[in-house]
Amino acid sequence: MKYLTLAAGVLTATSALAETPELTVYTYDSFVSDWGPGPAVEAAFEEICACDLKLVGAGDGAALLARIKLEGARSDADVVLGLDTNLTAAAKATGLFATHSVTADYTLPIEWNDDTFAPYDWGYFAFVHNADVTAPANFVELGASDKKIVIQDPRSSTPGLGLLMWVKAAYGEKADAVWAELADNIVTVTPGWSEAYGLFLEGEADMVLSYTTSPAYHLIAEEDATKAAAVFDEGHYLQIEVAGKLKSSDNQELADQFLSFMVSEAFQTIIPTTNWMYPAVTPAAGLPAGFETLVQPAKALLIPADEADAVRDVALAEWLAALSK
Amino acid sequence: MIKISPRLGISAAGFIAALILLALGAVASRATGDFALAPSDWAAVRFTIWQAFLSAIFSCLLAIPVARALARRRFWGRGFLITLLGAPFILPVIVAVLGLLAIFGRFGILNDMLGVIGIEPLSIYGLQGVIVAHVFFNLPLVTRLLLQGWQSVPAERFRLVAQLDIPPSMVFRLIEWPLILRIIPGAFALVFVMCLTSFAVALTLGGGPRATTIELAIYQAFRFDFDLGRAALLSIVQLVVAGGAAMMALWLIPVVNLGGGLDRMQRRWDVQMGFSRGLDGVTIALAAAFLILPLAAILVSGLRGLPDVPISVWMTAWTSLWVALVSVVVLLALALPMAGWIATSQHTSVEAVGLLGLAASPLMIGTGWFILIYPFANPADWALVVTIFVNALMALPFALRILVPALRDSAQSYGRLSAGLGLRGVRLWMWVLIPRARAQIGFAAGLTGALSVGDLGVIALFADPDRATLPLQMYRLMGSYQTNAAAGAALILLVLALGLFWIMDYWGRRNAIAE
Repeated sequence: MKYLTLAAGVLTATSALAETPELTVYTYDSFVSDWGPGPAVEAAFEEICACDLKLVGAGDGAALLARIKLEGARSDADVVLGLDTNLTAAAKATGLFATHSVTADYTLPIEWNDDTFAPYDWGYFAFVHNADVTAPANFVELGASDKKIVIQDPRSSTPGLGLLMWVKAAYGEKADAVWAELADNIVTVTPGWSEAYGLFLEGEADMVLSYTTSPAYHLIAEEDATKAAAVFDEGHYLQIEVAGKLKSSDNQELADQFLSFMVSEAFQTIIPTTNWMYPAVTPAAGLPAGFETLVQPAKALLIPADEADAVRDVALAEWLAALSK
Repeated sequence: MIKISPRLGISAAGFIAALILLALGAVASRATGDFALAPSDWAAVRFTIWQAFLSAIFSCLLAIPVARALARRRFWGRGFLITLLGAPFILPVIVAVLGLLAIFGRFGILNDMLGVIGIEPLSIYGLQGVIVAHVFFNLPLVTRLLLQGWQSVPAERFRLVAQLDIPPSMVFRLIEWPLILRIIPGAFALVFVMCLTSFAVALTLGGGPRATTIELAIYQAFRFDFDLGRAALLSIVQLVVAGGAAMMALWLIPVVNLGGGLDRMQRRWDVQMGFSRGLDGVTIALAAAFLILPLAAILVSGLRGLPDVPISVWMTAWTSLWVALVSVVVLLALALPMAGWIATSQHTSVEAVGLLGLAASPLMIGTGWFILIYPFANPADWALVVTIFVNALMALPFALRILVPALRDSAQSYGRLSAGLGLRGVRLWMWVLIPRARAQIGFAAGLTGALSVGDLGVIALFADPDRATLPLQMYRLMGSYQTNAAAGAALILLVLALGLFWIMDYWGRRNAIAE
C-alpha cells in the first residue's frame, strides 16, 4: 500500500510540473460518455485555451454535489458542470462556489440572473409515449385514465425529483390529492432514468417520465418517429442545467474562460444532439433539423432556487404518504 | 485432530473488519447533524427484513427438490445446466430485471399464455416481483451449495442403500435430510444477507416507495439529504441485522459427520426407475425454464445490439477481466486461511464476520474509503484497488460457505492420519486440504470472478472515464439512450462472467477427487 501511495504521489507531482495548465471539470457521467457532449466539448475548448481540459464523471447531479461536499475546499475541481436549479441553493450554501462574470443572450423560457451559476442547457420534463396513443392532457386526466406510467424515485434520481416539483408547482396544496389519484397509474418507481426508460421501451408502461426533447433523439439518431411527448395544460416543469466555478480553484482565469466558452456558439451547437436538451443560447444556425417537431409547452413552471429546498422536503413527504397507502 | 494455525485466519478476519469499520468511522466522522433515524427509516428496516426473509425462505425451499433431482440424475446437458446456475447471480440488476420481464412482464411469455386460456394478466410489480427476482438470483446458488452437499456423501452409502433396497423416503430421512440440515441454515443466512442490501431490484420491481429498503434509505441520506450521520447509523442497522441473522443460522448448523469413503464416483442404483424419475424430470425442466428463459431473452436482445457496441466497451471488458482475476487472488488469500481456521475451530460463529462484508452497504464502504483516501491521494487512482477489495469482500461469505464444509470433512476424516504423519502448515495445505477441496476452490474462485465482472460496485462513486468497468460502461450506455448497445454490452458481460466462472469451476471439477 505504501509503495502505491508513493507512486500515486510521484505521478501527481509529475503532472503538476507539466507546462500546460490543466482545467478539471466535474460533471455527470452521461456528459463524459462517448455519446455525450464530453469528447466534442473537450476538443473544441482545447483548441482555444492552450490547456488540458479534464472532464471527470461523478454519477449524476445529486452525486456531483455530494462529492463536492465530501471534498470541500481541497477539491481538485475547478468547475462543476451539471447541477440543476433544484440543487443550486444547496450548492451555494456550501460557500465553495465563486461568483461568475458570464453574460449571454440566453434563450431560456425564464429570466436568468444568478451570479454564481451560469446555465448551459435546459429542457422540460414530460411524459413520453408512443405516438399512436392519445395522451392525457394533464395530471388530473392522467390520474383518471387507465394509462400506466413509470417514474423515477425522487430520492435517487434527478428527473424523479423534477416530477415531484412539477406536481407541487402546478397544484401546490392539492399536490397530495393529485398523487393519490396517480397512485394506481404508476406501474413502478425506478432508481434512475435509465431503468425507467428501459422499462418503457420494453412495453411495461404506456408513458415514462423523461423530457420533451426525448422524441428528438429517436427521430434524429434512430430515424424513428414513433415517440412523442405529452403536453400537459398546467405547464411543464423546467430543468435548467448550470455550471459554476469553485473558489478553491487555482485556475480562476481559465475557469472563467471555460464558463464563457460554455455559453458560446462552439459549445452550444454541440448540446442539442449529444445531451438532447435545448441549448441555453440558441446557435446562429438555429436548432438542428428535427427539433422543430417537438411539442412546445404553453407554460414553463419553476420553483425558485432559494425555495426549492423547503418545497422539496414537503413534497417528498406528501409523495411518500400518497404512494405508500 | 489436526490443528490449522489460526493466525492467518484471524488476521484475515481482522483485515475485513478493519476495512468495514474504518469506512464506517470515516463516514461518521464527517457527520454534522445528530445521529438519528427518521420514522420512515424504521418502515424501511421492517420491509427490508421481511422481503429478505421471504426471499431466503423461497430460495431455500425451492432449491431442495431441484438439487435433489440434479443429484439423482445424469442426463445430456447436465454439466452445462450446472454451469448456468452461476449465471443469474452475476447479472447486473437491470439486465436481470429486463430478462425477467420478458417472461413475467406485461407482454411477457407468462401473460401471453395466461391470455390464451383467458386469465387476467398478472402483475409482477410488488412484493411478489421482488421475491421472484431474488429467487431468480439466489435459487441457483443455493442449488449449487446443496448439490455440493450431496456430492460429499460417500458413494458407498448409496451403494449400500441400493443393496438393502431402502425406499426413497427412508433414504431421504437417513442420508439426505441430515445433509440438507447441514447446508440450509448457512445458505439461508447467505441469501438473507444478500437480499438485505438489495436496492435496485426491490425498488424497480417493488412498485413504489412501499418497497423502500435500508440501502435506498442510505442512498437518500447520502445524496438527497447529505446526512452522513444517518447514513452511518443505517449502515450499522444493516450490519447488526445481518450479523444477528448470520450468528443464529450458523448456530443452527448441526455437526454431522458423514464418515469417510473411498472417494469413488457416486452412482445411484437406488432411484433408476419409476415415479421419482418423472418427478425429477419435471422439477429439472421447470427450474431450467425459470433460469434459461430470461437468459435467452438477454441473449436475443444482446445479439441484436452487438453490432452497435462501441470499441470502448471492449476496452472496459479488458479492465473488468483483470480486475476480476486480481479479485480472485485476493479472495483466495483471505478465504482459505479463514475457512481453515473456522473448519478446525469450535467457534463456528466466526463465519459471521465473513458475512458482514456482504451486509455492508457498498455505498457506505465506497464513500468511507473515498474520505479516507482523499487527503493523501486522488481517489480515482485508487478506484480499481478499492473495487478489487470490495469484490473480494462481497464474495468472501460465499467462498466460506463453499469451503468450510469441505475443509471440515477433510479435517475430520484425515485429521488423525495427517497428525500422525506430522503434516503441518504448507504441506498440510498442499497435500491434504487443497487437493481434497479442489472442486470447492474452483467453484468459489469462479463465483468470485463472475461476481467481480458483473458487479457495478463502488466504481461508480470514484468514476473516471479511463477507469470504467464493463457494468459501469453498460449503465452509461443506457443513460445515453443507447439501449441496443447496452444490451450488446450486457451480453458481452454475461459471456465474460460465465466464461470465467466455467473455466475455474471446470478446473476444480476436472480430476477433482469427488465430482
